[in-house]
Amino acid sequence: MNRFVPASLEEACDIVRAARSNSRALQIAGGGTRAGLGRPVQADDVLSSAGLSGILVYEPAEMVIRARSGTPLEEVEAALAGNNQMLPFEPVDHRPLYGSQGRPTIGALAACNISGPRRIRAGAARDSLIGVRFVNGAGEELSSGGRVMKNVTGLDLVKLQAGAYGTLGFLTEVTFKLLPKPECTGTLVIEGLSGSDAIRAMSLALQSPFEVSAAAHVPACEGRVPQTAVRVEHFRPSVDYRLREIAKRLAEFGASRMLDTGTSLAFWADVRDATVLGAGPADIVWRISIRPSHTAAYLTALRTAGLAFRYMLDHGGGLIWLALPPCDNAGADIIRQALPAGVAHALLARAPDATRASVPVFQPLPDAMMKLTAGIKISMDAGGIFNPGRMYDGV
Amino acid sequence: MVAIAFPEPDPSILDRRDEIVAGLARLVPPHCLITSEDERRVFETDALTAYRRLPLAVVLPETTGQVSAVLAWCNGQGVKVIPRGAGTSLSGGAIPQEDAIVLGVSKMNAILYVDYDSRIMRVQTGVTNLAISEAVMPDGFFYAPDPSSQLACTIAGNIAMNSGGAHCLKYGVTTNNVIGVRMVLMDGTILDLGSDALDSPGYDLLGLVTGSEGQLGVVTEAVVRIFPSAEGAKPVLFGFPLADSAGSCVAAIIGAGIIPVAIEYMDKMAIEICEAFAKAGYPLDVEAMLIVEVEGSDSEMEEQLAKIIAIARQHEVKVIKESRSAMETAAIWKGRKSAFGATGRVADYICMDGTVPTGQLAMVLEKTGEIVAGYGLRVANVFHAGDGNMHPLILYNVNDPDEQAKAEAAGAEILKLCVDAGGCLTGEHGVGIEKRDLMTHQFSDAELQQQMRVRAVFDPQWLLNPAKVFPLDRRSQT
Repeated sequence: MNRFVPASLEEACDIVRAARSNSRALQIAGGGTRAGLGRPVQADDVLSSAGLSGILVYEPAEMVIRARSGTPLEEVEAALAGNNQMLPFEPVDHRPLYGSQGRPTIGALAACNISGPRRIRAGAARDSLIGVRFVNGAGEELSSGGRVMKNVTGLDLVKLQAGAYGTLGFLTEVTFKLLPKPECTGTLVIEGLSGSDAIRAMSLALQSPFEVSAAAHVPACEGRVPQTAVRVEHFRPSVDYRLREIAKRLAEFGASRMLDTGTSLAFWADVRDATVLGAGPADIVWRISIRPSHTAAYLTALRTAGLAFRYMLDHGGGLIWLALPPCDNAGADIIRQALPAGVAHALLARAPDATRASVPVFQPLPDAMMKLTAGIKISMDAGGIFNPGRMYDGV
Repeated sequence: MVAIAFPEPDPSILDRRDEIVAGLARLVPPHCLITSEDERRVFETDALTAYRRLPLAVVLPETTGQVSAVLAWCNGQGVKVIPRGAGTSLSGGAIPQEDAIVLGVSKMNAILYVDYDSRIMRVQTGVTNLAISEAVMPDGFFYAPDPSSQLACTIAGNIAMNSGGAHCLKYGVTTNNVIGVRMVLMDGTILDLGSDALDSPGYDLLGLVTGSEGQLGVVTEAVVRIFPSAEGAKPVLFGFPLADSAGSCVAAIIGAGIIPVAIEYMDKMAIEICEAFAKAGYPLDVEAMLIVEVEGSDSEMEEQLAKIIAIARQHEVKVIKESRSAMETAAIWKGRKSAFGATGRVADYICMDGTVPTGQLAMVLEKTGEIVAGYGLRVANVFHAGDGNMHPLILYNVNDPDEQAKAEAAGAEILKLCVDAGGCLTGEHGVGIEKRDLMTHQFSDAELQQQMRVRAVFDPQWLLNPAKVFPLDRRSQT
């Protein structure tokens, strides 16, 4: 197995063309911190973005940054922090979940369409990603999108690359739009709520005009009482005012307390990275995206079916993190059968390689969708050399 | 510049018109099929009115099942289909061709459900943009993208063009606010892309379809995100003695970490035209004006405005005028949103839609003026300054072919300027037929071929809205 580390776009194109003509599959590698996400890839060689590093354009007044795909995320975040700006989508750091080492790259945020608690307000990586440059399976260097926030020129291949997990091309440059870093972050916490009350409380907060930027519920575990938290990010007087107003609207749920900026940031980092889920090192972890009004019934259905699990809620109840002890099929039968159709999807976020090779990691698609998926794969990577099988068998 | 070319109509299809009409009549009820020349005339163009083509027939289905039946039948017969929402496209995205039928979604305009606990609603796509917001406004919610044509335009067209609007600086464009669609492929297959949940599995086909200009399928239902309205909102007018100072003021506001809901720019000619129409109280003795809207509680708005006003003062602002009532607010926005209509009362115009990095706004504005003056024409500029989405309106006389050619040539030069300045041909109106032949200025041949290969996955015979977006002379290679 060779490890290719191109230092330029031209080199990357050459490597891909050679792989294509020799029919050698390439595993795309960034910082390697999210290798546990997706199905195990069967590849002949590795194509790494490590040699493609550096910020190319950063215009704070335009709120836009363009960087080579292998640029370490910490380098990007340091540059943004220098101008009080940030990536809007609050990307999960997957190192705690996977126990991985290494440095996450900016390119992986795009390729895996990463997001965090601010997803409900500011979208996922795909919503901030405004331009990509990539090498397709024919070794052609292509770009889509650009560096402006509004762009409807031609088909939006940016969206297609976001969340394609490297199966549709090797990303070489990504351009994100940015947000100002909030002056102040405040969190309102209510303790002791049941899951269904927590969902109601979060829903009420999210229906208020106070621009709640995150809402999560962490059930009781190991002597800790349940915590339901909503976050406001703004200028300081607004955070104080808005949290007070939200507390009034949630008065029926009991007393609440406020976390200051420092405590808030630590709390939400733990929610973002799912460390508060308290999953044991061998536990299976699922990530279920669901229409929040169906969340309470879904959790009840899982219990009724006899599944033993820990959980936490993010996205105001629209995201369920589940942890369960190792078991046959990773619990997929119960977890997927209980999903209400059309309103929820389950992603097997963490499991041993052998399990992720046999249990579908991503929610299986209907035949007609699978046909389009395969067609798009062929249109961009006819030889099937990029990350084969990372998302679906045969893609 | 020569006038925009249409492909030669296929005589074998034209000859079969009666047979095609009879075939369609078997698929939809009589009141859903339009065949008489007078009634078809209504559908011969959109808001790019300089171009018209009479379609073979017009079908206005009432159900997704009917859409599927019509598309599958046309696919089998090799009949081209032009999808249509309300026909408000400024880029000619809904202009038919003589050998095609128009398939409009306007009869499917029901709101299917509203779920405040999940902050989403499901609608049929013939519903107008404004009707979506109006349905939830009494409960304090709204749908964010607000194109100027929102009174008429449908969510189907918004999805096809990934429409924006004045308020997308803060809330994003259509692609950020739609999480699911039901779509019918050209072969009649009915698909759900995305879902009622924020994240859906697989490739982001919904993101690909949004902005695909009706070439990948016909969307019949959509799940949109709705947000609670702010406690209050207030626009403020800022008048500047120089276009330059307005431009640098915009950069300074954003640079200071303030994201207003909207920052709209109007130049002197646009101010005069809109003020004459809307009597909004716009300042007439300035070269450029910004409408900056902030939202929040009264004291929050005061605080934000104080910051913005302090910045504006550093940029030679001459007039500052805050809205003091809901009526004044409505008048201020009426002036801006009727800019295109008001301009149409003064002269015929074509509206450009290039987007540039905000740091290049002042340069591009100045060169736009020079380009248009070079053709002996006039231009009014009114646009979304916060995101660099420009809308120069080039005024001309539609009955003078020479002037029309000049206006189109000036427009093409401006769009190339936008691309060369690091921007793009179109920010929210779409390529349509209008900018189709300029695509080679923004994309390499390999890039166009890649996009067309993706397109062909959805519609291998190229029957859906086929004469749009991709230059006609590049087609043979796919």
